Amino acid sequence: MSLINWIDERFPLTKVWNEHLAQYYAPKNFNFWYFFGSLAMLVLVNQIVTGLWLAMMYKPDANLAFGSVEYIMRDVDWGWLIRYMHSTGASAFFLVIYLHMFRGLMYGSYRKPRELLWIIGVIIYLAMMATAFMGYLLPWGQMSYWGAQVIVNLFAAFPFGIGEPLSIWIRGDYVISDATLNRFFALHFVLPFVLAALVFLHIVALHKVGSNNPDGIEIKKNKDENGIPLDGIPFHPYYSVKDIMGVVVFIALFAAVVFFWPDFGGLFLEPPNFEPANPLKTPEHIAPVWYFTPFYAMLRAVPPMFGSQFPGVVVMFAAILVMFFLPWLDRSPVKSIRYKGLLFKIALAIFSVSFVVLAWLGMQPATPGSTLAAQIFTALYFAFFLLMPIYTKIDKTKPVPERVTK
Amino acid sequence: MSAEGADLKKRRFLIAATSVVGAVGAGFAAVPFIASWQPSERAKALGAPEEADISKLEPGALMRVKWRGKVCWIVHRTEENLADLKTNTDILVDPNSEVDHQPAYCKNAFRSIKPEYLIAVGICTHLGCSPTYRPDVGAADLGGDVWKGGFFCPCHGSKFDLAGRVFKGVPAPTNLVIPPHMYLSDTQVVIGEDGGAA
Repeated sequence: MSLINWIDERFPLTKVWNEHLAQYYAPKNFNFWYFFGSLAMLVLVNQIVTGLWLAMMYKPDANLAFGSVEYIMRDVDWGWLIRYMHSTGASAFFLVIYLHMFRGLMYGSYRKPRELLWIIGVIIYLAMMATAFMGYLLPWGQMSYWGAQVIVNLFAAFPFGIGEPLSIWIRGDYVISDATLNRFFALHFVLPFVLAALVFLHIVALHKVGSNNPDGIEIKKNKDENGIPLDGIPFHPYYSVKDIMGVVVFIALFAAVVFFWPDFGGLFLEPPNFEPANPLKTPEHIAPVWYFTPFYAMLRAVPPMFGSQFPGVVVMFAAILVMFFLPWLDRSPVKSIRYKGLLFKIALAIFSVSFVVLAWLGMQPATPGSTLAAQIFTALYFAFFLLMPIYTKIDKTKPVPERVTK
Repeated sequence: MSAEGADLKKRRFLIAATSVVGAVGAGFAAVPFIASWQPSERAKALGAPEEADISKLEPGALMRVKWRGKVCWIVHRTEENLADLKTNTDILVDPNSEVDHQPAYCKNAFRSIKPEYLIAVGICTHLGCSPTYRPDVGAADLGGDVWKGGFFCPCHGSKFDLAGRVFKGVPAPTNLVIPPHMYLSDTQVVIGEDGGAA
């Protein structure tokens, strides 16, 4: 062990190992929903590694980009696998993160003292969306092009004459062009490292306050004579092994999609994107990738007001920004859904259904009927947050036990 | 930091002064990085006017011209189209083109210099998709009898008539943009240049 000693005198290796793994005590009652944090990290690593390899063969040039993706798919040894791992990984990342966020909503993981942990998480989500959006332009297909055109034009909706110059500044041109593609490539390359840094901060904050659990009980309140939480078990080996089990199942499902269903019926890779970008022609029907469609449906649901489409843009961004305030909107005396009353359960169910229905509506062409539905579900989405101080306060809660249950 | 025997007032002043100078310096250093995102000289040069030959454009047909990277349409409208444009005004948001989306010489019933030719930027005023040309009068999916031909944006369902005027109750807030243009002859039109007529 002299090597470890030699290192420990110069770098806190054993100290960090113990503080964050071998002697980091996590609640012993973690369930299924606690797989997704570690899976999200796994997917981030997958995106960075496959993305680095793709960048070795991809050309961020409006004349060459589409062809270079086809080159990766057809001529590069195993290029198809690396690219499908990357494109499937993007969807898997959002799926895992949505489940991770839903876990937080169920068990009140955003409540005091974890407000900052939650806020860092929402920032990670925003950074992920920016990264995914810029990455989607890179194949330079029809959907890439027109999707970026629509999203960048959201900024043009800003009033007071700053919108148009702002959108030109983002594009570096009057329309989406080579300049836009080139800068989006640079940003898409660097943002994952920003994401990794944010994940580091997320974990620093988590290890300061400790993990929440399905009972929403603070395990640090009940410690033995050595100061170890009675309901805690060391993260390593207990949860490292459990997480590896989750990883095995996840990789099996992931591989099944990569090998047998990489376009996922047009959800992960949209059909119009197999056609090179054409600035003169918008495809018959355009929709963003599935993970953006709930917000896209909200954008479409809001009619123009005062001769401007700005209100729709505001609603769309507000749908994400409202998440920052969640820790202060919940006035329930208990954290976990297990001890919350019927009102919260109904509200969470309505919210989840609204999110899924909006995601579906966002993929469909706009009709008067679907627009009305989108308006109703947008209202329900916001009601979950804005009415939360009321329904969590009058809700009938159950008594929370002293110690965690099974 | 030791506070003993120190002039705290002076220390605070020096910290504040250094911070302000540093912040101003950082602000100036940011200018080239932010400015480099503006359209380059090359991109601006590509915004030059574009000439088009309309001699082969049949009545009812549409041709596309690229100007500043944007798609511009030239539509040869028929006599019936022109008659319809005068009667459909109650379903439009801005039938008289009050919003400044056209040069002054196109602020008229047909939003054009020559009534039979519509020249418009083919980009939806909602979020920038390029609407589809739908000249089929009475199209069932676009409202049946109300539809006298026009443009339908597939992205968000906005509708425009054959003068690029936006319908009521659609996401697009304003009429399509009419670019500055002028006729060099009966068959030659130049887009992006009007000789200062506006």
